[in-house]
Amino acid sequence: MTAPSTATSALPVAGFPPAAVTAAGEPAVSCRNVTVRFVTDRRTVTALENVSFSVEKGGFLSLLGPSGCGKSTLLRVVADLVSPTHGQVNVLGMTPQDARLKRSLGFVFQDAALLPWRTALQNVELPLEVGGAKKLPSGAPTPRELMKLVGLEGWEGSFPHELSGGMRQRVSIARALLGGPRILLMDEPFGALDEITRDRLNEELRRIWQETGTTIMFVTHSVYEALFLGEQVLVLAANPGRVTELVDVDLPRDRTLKIRETAPFVSIAAELRELLGRGV
Amino acid sequence: MSTIAETADLLPDVSAAEAEFARRKSRETWRRRLLPAAGILGALALWGAAVWIFKVPPFVAPSPVAVFATLTAKFGLLMENLLPTAIEAICGFLLGNVTAIVIATTFVHKKVLEEAFFPLVVIINTIPVVAKAPILVLLLGNGMEPKIAIAALICFFPTLVNMVRGLESVNPQAMELMRVLSASKTEVFLKLRLYNSLPYLFSALKISASTSVIGAIVGEWIGSTTGIGALIIQATYAFDSALLYATVIVGSCFSMLFFLTITLAERLVVRWQAPTGH
Repeated sequence: MTAPSTATSALPVAGFPPAAVTAAGEPAVSCRNVTVRFVTDRRTVTALENVSFSVEKGGFLSLLGPSGCGKSTLLRVVADLVSPTHGQVNVLGMTPQDARLKRSLGFVFQDAALLPWRTALQNVELPLEVGGAKKLPSGAPTPRELMKLVGLEGWEGSFPHELSGGMRQRVSIARALLGGPRILLMDEPFGALDEITRDRLNEELRRIWQETGTTIMFVTHSVYEALFLGEQVLVLAANPGRVTELVDVDLPRDRTLKIRETAPFVSIAAELRELLGRGV
Repeated sequence: MSTIAETADLLPDVSAAEAEFARRKSRETWRRRLLPAAGILGALALWGAAVWIFKVPPFVAPSPVAVFATLTAKFGLLMENLLPTAIEAICGFLLGNVTAIVIATTFVHKKVLEEAFFPLVVIINTIPVVAKAPILVLLLGNGMEPKIAIAALICFFPTLVNMVRGLESVNPQAMELMRVLSASKTEVFLKLRLYNSLPYLFSALKISASTSVIGAIVGEWIGSTTGIGALIIQATYAFDSALLYATVIVGSCFSMLFFLTITLAERLVVRWQAPTGH
């Protein structure tokens, strides 16, 4: 299911690996038999049980499942925010910790998690002020270029409370892209937005993915979003969180929202819903 | 063509509505300025009338006119006594708040210390100021030191509590972000916790701006020959009610000025919208 690079005329953005090179089928992230248990006062919760999957470099994997299926936990395992109880996690040939320390990961949270005392541009610049990576890799897009990439040129000096929810999330995407991370992890980033804004951002995220060639893992509980965005959809079931199936999305690389009314889209959506139903 | 005609029709309406809005807004502004002034003047008039009608003797309560006369006649004496009180209050304010900020920072970084000492701080805080004051006078003597210590003690507690809360109540996703960015503890403190605590800190500082003055005055009651507190005691024993009232007014004006300064500083520092609406 490696999309041939000829299918798209994406403009490579400086500082990111060109899409043609990254779509080589080598995994960017792979998990083997990952189990995560949380021990609380009353009981032990198994958030994930024996989860195995991999995402190829330059891929776009949607993680779809009901609440409580551990999809956010899975993303946090990859980001080294949660340590797995069992199993192996490999990120770009490294441990998640090394990948984090090398700034190979960008994370976009459900609420934009912008610092309210910083302007939009200062929020995008934050990664350059902490954690030892005080300089941009040569050729990597500057904060201003990233603001432009996410469609926020002219809003650099605005404070978060002056921006709409959609704009805040764009700022947070620009921040996650600073330094040209190889992998972008997104935890229901558009979940709190209205449908119209969400549709528009979905289209833009596809464009950004094509332009940057970054590998993306995207958590959602919307079948449409998972399918529209992903090249693959990992369907998860809850209690305990486990993989139901990995579905390849056989849709063209260049997608507009209209694709949601086409027959292939509708039939894969039906298949995903069927899989979600089975997992309950 | 029709659109131009419509716009022409609409325009007078729009400008009329805007003018009406501006009128209403300026009326509202004047209302907000004049009503409090009218309230204060009314209360003063009522006070004057009560003293005159009931023929209240001057050693019980003065008329507002007498207080105003004392304020101008003894302005030098009042300022002379305000100075030590102001110094004590400001020094106490600085000492108490800086200590609270430092201790809050330590508590946030060393949970063990917080668990060990926070209950002790709460216990000390339950002792009333008037009970703490004599202890400190015995310990520190009759100079400015015990007054500064009392003012500092009063400021300390609200700031400590608010500062700990401000430093700890950081958005959990922002914390995760810092971890993804491999930020050090110091960076998390300087870039995240400190800014997050500022709205909390300022609400505590506004409280301590007025309580530090109270602390200094209470300290002066216990043992002092100068200061607003000492003057209050002297005027009371001399049955000089006009001087007593004038002294109280001077103390409260200083308190208000102190509070306004902090409010102004807050507006200059906290320019963003606080998430919890402080």
